[in-house]
Amino acid sequence: MTAPLIRIEALTKRFQTGGGLLARPREMLAVREVTLDIGKGEVVGVVGESGCGKSTLARLILRLIEPTAGRVSFDGTDLSALSPAALRRMRRRMAMVFQDPYSSLDPRFTIARVLEEPFRVQGEALVTGQMGEMLAAVGLPASMAESHPHQLSGGQRQRVGIARALALRPDFVVLDEPTASLDVSIQAQIVALLADLRDRLGLTYLFISHDLGLVRYFCDRIVVMYLGSMVEVLPAAGAAPRHPYTQALTQSAFVPDPARRRTIAPLAGEIPSPFNLPPGCAFATRCPLASDRCRAERPALSDDPDHPVACFHPL
Amino acid sequence: MTALLEIERIEVAIGTLRLLDGISLTVDRGKILGLVGESGSGKSLTALAALGLLPLIGGRVTGGAVRFDGQDMGTMSDAQRRALRGRRIGFVSQNPMTALDPVQRIGAQIDIVSRLHLGLNRAEARKRTLELMTQLRIPEAAAVAESWPHQLSGGMKQRIVIAMALAGDPDLIIADEPTTALDVTVQAQIIQILGGLVRDRGVALLLITHDMGVVAQLCDQVAVLYGGRLAEEGPAAPIFAAPAHPYTRALIGCIPQDDMAKGTLRGIPGAVPGALDFPSGCRFHPRCPRASDLCRSEVPVLTRQGPDHIVACHHPEGAA
Repeated sequence: MTAPLIRIEALTKRFQTGGGLLARPREMLAVREVTLDIGKGEVVGVVGESGCGKSTLARLILRLIEPTAGRVSFDGTDLSALSPAALRRMRRRMAMVFQDPYSSLDPRFTIARVLEEPFRVQGEALVTGQMGEMLAAVGLPASMAESHPHQLSGGQRQRVGIARALALRPDFVVLDEPTASLDVSIQAQIVALLADLRDRLGLTYLFISHDLGLVRYFCDRIVVMYLGSMVEVLPAAGAAPRHPYTQALTQSAFVPDPARRRTIAPLAGEIPSPFNLPPGCAFATRCPLASDRCRAERPALSDDPDHPVACFHPL
Repeated sequence: MTALLEIERIEVAIGTLRLLDGISLTVDRGKILGLVGESGSGKSLTALAALGLLPLIGGRVTGGAVRFDGQDMGTMSDAQRRALRGRRIGFVSQNPMTALDPVQRIGAQIDIVSRLHLGLNRAEARKRTLELMTQLRIPEAAAVAESWPHQLSGGMKQRIVIAMALAGDPDLIIADEPTTALDVTVQAQIIQILGGLVRDRGVALLLITHDMGVVAQLCDQVAVLYGGRLAEEGPAAPIFAAPAHPYTRALIGCIPQDDMAKGTLRGIPGAVPGALDFPSGCRFHPRCPRASDLCRSEVPVLTRQGPDHIVACHHPEGAA
């Protein structure tokens, strides 16, 4: 097997909040020992609900924030060992598309200025005609270069966000909930565009979403996260879930067919606070299969190379 | 028997801009009507019209009528309308983060509804509040009632907002995208709760959503809006099994499904038109795969497609 494009080893991030004259600082474990390889050309999905650490993981991988422990290698190079200048040169090979196209574009910039920014950062200039090509690649007219973000719809803005991410021809793009703030009709357009771009440019994607249905449609392999930990890696989009949490996520998605209504067995219990994680499995408070062992001991991700799962009672 | 909420050929304008154009809907007791469409199709405006709250955004009803339990809301005084809201019509808004007063404890915010509308005293109101919270599966209701909104999760806050909507013992609940801001497992809980309320209490529910999956799971009737007009309306089963309007079919096709081959999810080309530049004829024609010259020039009228199933399309699917 060829070396992976991205190698993530025991990546961990702790945040401290509060603290001050009277309050004691509180610690929260946002990402907990995540280990994952991403092969060239692969589309890996990360799915989980708010607070599961998926956006923090994305930022750690691109070293937009510093990890507490663990490391990330990109094409064999340890990113944490790079000097700022070397990191900036490396950054042209990786990019990110952000969730909210309303706040990720500077409202004072024209679209042309937004798309020039990556080149400026690298000390380069665009060649004639490149702006039009960049816009055309994401399905926008060249005339839009002179518009400001407020004149664009949400879907158009996200296309600009994608054009900006692809400006320097990266190998790897992190898509952090790129469609979460869009209508379903526009979401489907954007997903189709991302699939076309991947085929045309040979991109590798890490696709972060809370929508298991969307991730299953779009991704080759799916990492399921719960409160900072990986609980399962589905080897293929259609693979049957082995972790009870993945099962619950699957059952929470509604099919647009009234003949296939589900009887929902809603998860009982509450999500533990990330500031105060229980000693055992973080999902034990809501899990229908939880035993005493689950409440006392934290299950590790199994070393099954095909379908790792972190559960004492896998399905 | 008359329907509980009847919206008849309603037209709504802000200034000279006509935003809703002849929308008719009915919601019966013990039934759920799903109102669907993309952002900007007029769903929330329809809800505001049903609540008599259009003046809040500077809008007004310029034609048609809204009747609640047989009474024309247009001829009521402000005081009469105010007495309906909260008492007989409960409202659940999209964003539970902004629907609650951040400087008032949770319990007090629910208590006030039944004190105001049912005339209960403090102790009775609190008893009712705790009962409602327990029914909505809020654990340790008494402790939660003493907490502040910022201490609760999004799903918990949305259950509080639902408890507030229920506190006046309403006959109709209008819920505007009640689960859009929530995680999927929490959404499943809230959908379950809303479905249970209709079954157990016989309330009527007008559910506004853009998610055809939620509609399929929960609704008896479906009304599809586009560009401020009704595109299609009917019972859920035929709407999903054989959608007649190309827009309805396209909306259903936007939901990724397990058995869907890669590359088949294409979305709907273009975007919803704004009220300033509504296209001529059928407003969906610039995005429609079946559009003809007729669609560009003539507004399609609502025609019968099946029992209780109507569609506004010159070339409905299933027709020659």
